[in-house]
This record gives sequence, C-alpha cells and structure tokens, in this order.
Amino acid sequence: MRRARAEILSTRRLGAYTTLTLVAPEIAERAKPGQFVAVAMPKGREFILRRHFAVHQASRRGGWAGTLEFVVDASGPGTGWLANARAHETLDVIGPLGRPFAYPKKLTNCVLVAEGRGAATIYFLAQELLARHKRVDMVIGAPDMESVFKPIEAKRLSQTVAVMTADGSLGGRGGVLDALPEALERAKAEVLYAAAPSQTLRSIAELCVARRIPAQVAVEERMGCGYGLCHSCVVPVARKDGSGFDQLRACVDGPVMNPARVLWDRWLSEAPKVLPTPPGGVPVVRDWPGTGEGAWRA
Amino acid sequence: MAGVKRSLAVDVGGLRMVTPVLIASGCAGTGKELAGLVDQHRIGAIVSRTITVASRKGAPTPRIAETASGLVWETGLQNPGMDAFVAEELPRLARTQTPVVVSIGGGSLEEYVRLTSALQGRPEVAAIEINLSLPDDEMDRPILGTHADRVSEIAGAVARSSLVPVFAKIPGGCDDVAGLAAAAVRSGATGVTLCGSPPALAVDAVRLRAELGAVAGWLSGPALKPLTLRAVFEVARALPGTPILASGGVRTGVDAVECLLAGAWAVQVGTATLIDPAAPVEVAQQIARYLKSKNVASPSDVRSRLRVPAATAPTQEARR
Repeated sequence: MRRARAEILSTRRLGAYTTLTLVAPEIAERAKPGQFVAVAMPKGREFILRRHFAVHQASRRGGWAGTLEFVVDASGPGTGWLANARAHETLDVIGPLGRPFAYPKKLTNCVLVAEGRGAATIYFLAQELLARHKRVDMVIGAPDMESVFKPIEAKRLSQTVAVMTADGSLGGRGGVLDALPEALERAKAEVLYAAAPSQTLRSIAELCVARRIPAQVAVEERMGCGYGLCHSCVVPVARKDGSGFDQLRACVDGPVMNPARVLWDRWLSEAPKVLPTPPGGVPVVRDWPGTGEGAWRA
Repeated sequence: MAGVKRSLAVDVGGLRMVTPVLIASGCAGTGKELAGLVDQHRIGAIVSRTITVASRKGAPTPRIAETASGLVWETGLQNPGMDAFVAEELPRLARTQTPVVVSIGGGSLEEYVRLTSALQGRPEVAAIEINLSLPDDEMDRPILGTHADRVSEIAGAVARSSLVPVFAKIPGGCDDVAGLAAAAVRSGATGVTLCGSPPALAVDAVRLRAELGAVAGWLSGPALKPLTLRAVFEVARALPGTPILASGGVRTGVDAVECLLAGAWAVQVGTATLIDPAAPVEVAQQIARYLKSKNVASPSDVRSRLRVPAATAPTQEARR
C-alpha cells in the first residue's frame, strides 16, 4: 500500500462511464485484480471522504508502464468532480488496497460474471487468468447499452460472452442470472468469479453453493476510509469452525470473499437496530473440492 | 527571542505526548492499518475504538453517509469485548510506539467499573477515555452522559479505580457542557474530552429511507468545529486549569490552534484521519509553524489566549 500524488495522464468517456489513467508507478506495479484505490477529493469542498475505485488496468511493462486505470460512474458530487477532471491535474491516491482475487492452481475453466462497473475489475482479472493459461468465459450485465462497459474488450478476452441488458438494448434482455446457468454449462465451469452489486452476488452465491462451484466474489459495501480504520464497510462472514461469524471489513479483509461463507441474509436484510444471531445459529460451510486453502494461489 | 527551545511536547494531566495531536476514538484502527501511511511515533497518542464488556457485532450496514462537510455514522461500537481487546488488540496498538488511550463504554455503572479493572495494571494503557454517549440501561435514558448525576457517578467510579489519567468524553449536543464537565472533574476525572459526536440523521429521499442501516447516527467531520470551539471555550472559562482535549472538526493546524486558543490542552483528529492518514502529523507540523510565527515555545503558551473584551456579555456558564 502506497500513497502517491499521481498525475492524470488521460481521461476517456465510454458510454455511461469515464475512465481515468494515472501515472502512479508505485501503485501500478503492486496492483492486482480485485484491489482498489482510494482517491482524495479536493480540499475546501463539502464532500470530504475519499472515493474508492477498483483497479481496471495496471501496466507494469510496455509503453504504458507505471500507469493505472480506473472507471468512474459519475453518480454523486465526488464522482462527478472526478469524471470532469482534466489531464495533467494531480490526484492524492492510496493503493493498492484490499485482498485481490486468487487464481486456481489446478482448475482451468473460469466463468467471470460482472454487472455494471464491476466489468472493470473483471477484465483485469481475465488478463491475468489468460496469462496463467486458463479458459475464460464471461457474462456481462448492465441496465442498458450505454452502461455495458467495453463489450468489445469482453469479446477479446474470452471464449464466449453473454451480454445481458435490462432493456434488451444490447445482447439478451434480462440480468446476468438469466444467462449464467447456460454459460456455466457451455464453459464446463470449474471456477466462478464475480463483481456485481450485492443483491446479484447473493443470487450468484446461491447458484454456486447449489452446484458446488468454487467461487470468489468482489463485494460492494459503502466505505469510509478504505484502509481499515473506520469499520464502516463490514460484511458478516461465517467462521470456518462454525463457531459463529465475524464482521469483516470489505476494505482490508475483502473486497474479494468466498461467497459461500458470506451470511447474505444477515448482510442484506432490511435490518432491525441490533441484529440477533439467526435462530438456527450460523450455518457451517464445509469446503468442497477446489474451495480449500490449498486450491488457490495468490 | 533567540535561543528559545521550541517543543510540541505536552503533558495533559499526566498524559505525556510528543505532540498535542491525538487520533480520536474509532479512527485509529486496530494497530496495523496505519503502518506505512504515517510516522506513528510522531502522533501524540491514539484513542482506541470504544471497548465494551462483551463483544459487539455492531450496527448493520450502511454505517456511514456523507453529508455537507461531515459524515453521519453508526458503527454500533463493533469491538471484540474487553478480554479479547486486552489480550490481542491492546498489545498490537502499543507496538505502534504511540501512547494508547483506551476508550471504554457501557450501559451501567458496573460495566464501567469492570472495564476499568480489566485495564488496571496494563502498562500499555496511557490513559482512559470514558465514552458517555451510550444508552443508559439502568436509568432507561437514551444517552447516559447527558445527566450530571450519571456523569459524576461513572467518572468518579472510574477515576477511583484507575491509576492512569481519566478523561470524560462529554456527549455532543448537550446544552450544559460546562455543568457536565464540572460534574466529571469534581468527582475525580483528570480532564474532559469535548465533545462526543452529536446525534444526527441522514435521509435518502429517493428510497424514502434513512441512509444508515441503524437509521439514526452521529455527526462527525469539519461541520463540528464551531460546536467544539464553543464547548472548549465555555469549559475552559468555567473550570480554569482543567485539562481539555478538543475533539470534533479539527482537520488542519489552524483548526487545532483555534482550539488551543479557546482553551484546549490538546486536540483529537478523527474524520480527517479517515481522509488523510497523515493528518495527525501534518496538523502537529502546522501547529509548530504557528508557534514559530508567534515566537512562543510550547503549545501551552497559546492555550486560552483568545482575546475576549472584558465587556463581552458573560457566557451561560459565567452567569451561573
């Protein structure tokens, strides 16, 4: 983890998104898929917290060496300011933060699922998987055509791609879950990766548990600092020995997590003030082939 | 004034620090997070997250919402409980080479006493801060520390059984801060922290819901600075000589100096640390620059030096 004053090399509008490329060699050479950066907002404004973005691209070699790219979805005052930033301005960036995706040691057929901005992190992961001679298939979803992030990139990186939009303006009509079962069959999926809003991840997790597919998902939870101080972005995760659960911080213990261990009901319920432990206790999740510690490599 | 030896070191009622800047409760992590982002030995002290007798899982998410120049939060005091804290987190915090002030919280007098005795004899504990913003289980009140009787009862009990300095953190948004501070100090507390976060709410008008999972929360951030200054000013006037830690809205060296002028002995930096992990050190450097420009030797030389015309209408406390 490093803190840097990084110059914006370029910004690019891509449909509903803006991508920013920064010159940040110290962060770029360490960044791995699934990790994110925390970008400080300008001083003297009323929006004060850092904004957090998954790393879309970190180049260690070639003409773009030392650059780092992330994707901004201009939905609020902070992200709106960032989307309008110009080249040669500098940003205060901390990164790379969080636990990255791990790669399977033996299994080869990987299905990658992304919804909306989640595609940014998934394409970075796909490149790394391809470099490790894995087969990559993708399911990409978004509300509309404008919000499908770089569909051509998805095609370039994978054997097969299913694009799903809620309004049917690009690819099939529906959500990623409508296309996922078929994609799993087609790819003879052995491993699943996903980056999507938490409600989608929950459904994906149910599918993975039912089919006993080892999976890793990048969770989204509202963050305060991004480096573990404030305990805002917690996700309830079952302990391995079944003795209960821990509220783990998505910023330092995640954002990549084992979806089978996440207590989705507890996390996503319209919560009462203080949550009791579920009446049946916390479920014990036993590892199945491919999910144990030894099956993954950092 | 050549040859003056300038130092940022302060002694706040027995809590000795290399700078008058602490990291406020809940913003200092659990020991490892700040490594590499800031020179931790240059932070005056860190205040731990609030520790309770039993472990707490904390509030549901979202736990944080940004508001104009501030943030509304409710973590529900997630913490491992006093035994696990003393066994694991406290040694880890102490290894950062920064003095550790432990924040304690409970719903009854008994819990505060048990927490104090659990910390007794631990060399890592430089001081205790009493979080009084919890609900009062015994008296069935929403916030324990808004009543002088409870403040003096709890601060007195903690102070009696503690060998280290004890600071009572007066809840934010109270109308009689000086009265509550006086209750704490007269019953034995070394000093006070002014103030805790005031209660707050953030609303999402699109979803017709509260922004936070716990619904109601607490306000932090730069928006609080004027509230902090007023509280510090009133307590410093009503109780001269009482060690005061200013907490709330301090983001820059200028903010910190303003607090010192109003009567604070040291300042706590909270939200600013979540935005800029080096803030506690930068604030201290800026204080040093200010001291140099004013040609004074120590932060205590500017304390309570706010020039107030004698004819000013007395504050609420002076009238008492």
